[in-house]
Amino acid sequence: MKLAVVTAGLSQPSSSRLLADRLAAASVSAGDTVEVVELRDIALDITKNLLTGFPSPALRTAISTVTGADALIAVTPVFTAGYSGLFKSFFDVLDADSLVGKPVLLGATGGTERHSLVLDYQLRPLFGYLRADPVATGVYAASSDWGSGEGALQRRISRAGAELASLVSGRSAAPAAPAFVPFDQLLASAGD
Amino acid sequence: MQFGIFSVGDVTTDPTNGTTPSEHERIKAMVRIALKAEEVGLDVFATGEHHNPPFVPSSPTTMLGHIAAQTSKIVLSTSTTLITTNDPVKIAEDFAMLQHLADGRVDLMMGRGNTGPVYPWFGQDIRQGIPLAIENYHLLRRLWREDVVDWSGKFRTPLQGFTSTPRPLDDVPPFVWHGSIRSPEIAEQAAFYGDGFFANHIFWPKEHFQGLIRLYRERFEHYGHGTADQAIVGLGGQVFLRPRSQDAVREFRPYFDNAPVYGHGPSLEEFTEQTPLTVGSPQEVIDKTLTFREHFGDYQRQLFLVDHAGLPLKTVLEQLDLLGEHVIPVLRKELDALRPAHVPEAPTHASLKAARESELVTR
Repeated sequence: MKLAVVTAGLSQPSSSRLLADRLAAASVSAGDTVEVVELRDIALDITKNLLTGFPSPALRTAISTVTGADALIAVTPVFTAGYSGLFKSFFDVLDADSLVGKPVLLGATGGTERHSLVLDYQLRPLFGYLRADPVATGVYAASSDWGSGEGALQRRISRAGAELASLVSGRSAAPAAPAFVPFDQLLASAGD
Repeated sequence: MQFGIFSVGDVTTDPTNGTTPSEHERIKAMVRIALKAEEVGLDVFATGEHHNPPFVPSSPTTMLGHIAAQTSKIVLSTSTTLITTNDPVKIAEDFAMLQHLADGRVDLMMGRGNTGPVYPWFGQDIRQGIPLAIENYHLLRRLWREDVVDWSGKFRTPLQGFTSTPRPLDDVPPFVWHGSIRSPEIAEQAAFYGDGFFANHIFWPKEHFQGLIRLYRERFEHYGHGTADQAIVGLGGQVFLRPRSQDAVREFRPYFDNAPVYGHGPSLEEFTEQTPLTVGSPQEVIDKTLTFREHFGDYQRQLFLVDHAGLPLKTVLEQLDLLGEHVIPVLRKELDALRPAHVPEAPTHASLKAARESELVTR
């Protein structure tokens, strides 16, 4: 699988890139390739394309990386209650039918978990319009998630990555084993 | 090979001094530029057609008729004539009239117009742009070629026993180019009729237009008008010259940076690298223009944009002096020498009239 990763984080390093890298690692297996497009690096080119109607050589390379990949991971920070303008502008300069049928894994980051529905209220409609094929699990990472150890966030990342990999390979995702608490812990807490 | 200029007819503030010409001054400047084009030996002057500010040329045949009266050699054309929002009956009449007044020195370029709000001002809808261009042009051809036309279609009232007057000069309709920057349908239309195809490639990289022109050439051959390399291709170009390259760059930069189409975007250097824009010495313009032939094949018409973005009339006239003296003679010689014998020149009234007469003799 050729996997393309688009991340719209602006700081260096950014939590969007951090999430994107983890999503990519959870999606690939041996022999897969990953190409990361940091929109920060081509932010001026994207604006110029909006003004002139054509991409610079650097932006053309980024666009062909995305449109030529077997699958896409797209991660945006949440700015002012929505996906970032840079993130949207990149998808604005793509041909409207260039992502048709493309398996996509959606990700977003934010300072607070209160914005987590951005995945379903903004990113999903955007990729629905583009007739891409987003997997069922999107991953939102708030600041608090990064501080909470390898718990819930990593489980969501693993599930989403497995869904993307299986969508690309044509296999149905093996149902994840239900989360459980080891019996000794259950027994120990039984008297509480 | 024909060389000429095409004007958008924009009224734009000169960014270097804040002055804005009046509509009257701009219209008169366009006429002066056209007369100068003939003086310096150019072959074609083409005007745009626009119906919204900041553009002045809403009535191209009025302007071209006025220019025709003051010139004797230059071919008068359009860039473009709106085949979507003009009634084809009025186009047929206006340009036949112009043909008579200009003694045949007339052709025209069809275009659709990409400004949505303009369409309803003329009773049309931009979503029907392609079907309008197809139907209207098919009717226009019949009006020029058949003395009495019965017609009905989707977009205008039917015609019964209609004769468009005056009839085309010598019964030879003006040659038609079809301009397009992105629609394969228009390349196909031009190929179907054996008309010319004009790619105004000045704002975009060449790769985009190579596909469109290849399609036009292949379909031209498919429809039996000749081989692909005999198809009639026109190209745009955009230049600013001074004898010394660095003077050209220094003088043009403020106009580039504030230009309505691409200003406040890419740098002058990026844009000259990625598009046909050339800002420099006559030799640089020659070198860049010669690459067009390498990218698109032998072609018949080269039009340059020289009078936009608020450039003063005096500067534009100096551009024409430089083009006429140092650029066009060299390009004409080089391109004519490179063109194989079987590749035709762009049709003119004289060549179309001769072709028609020989056809009548053999019939």
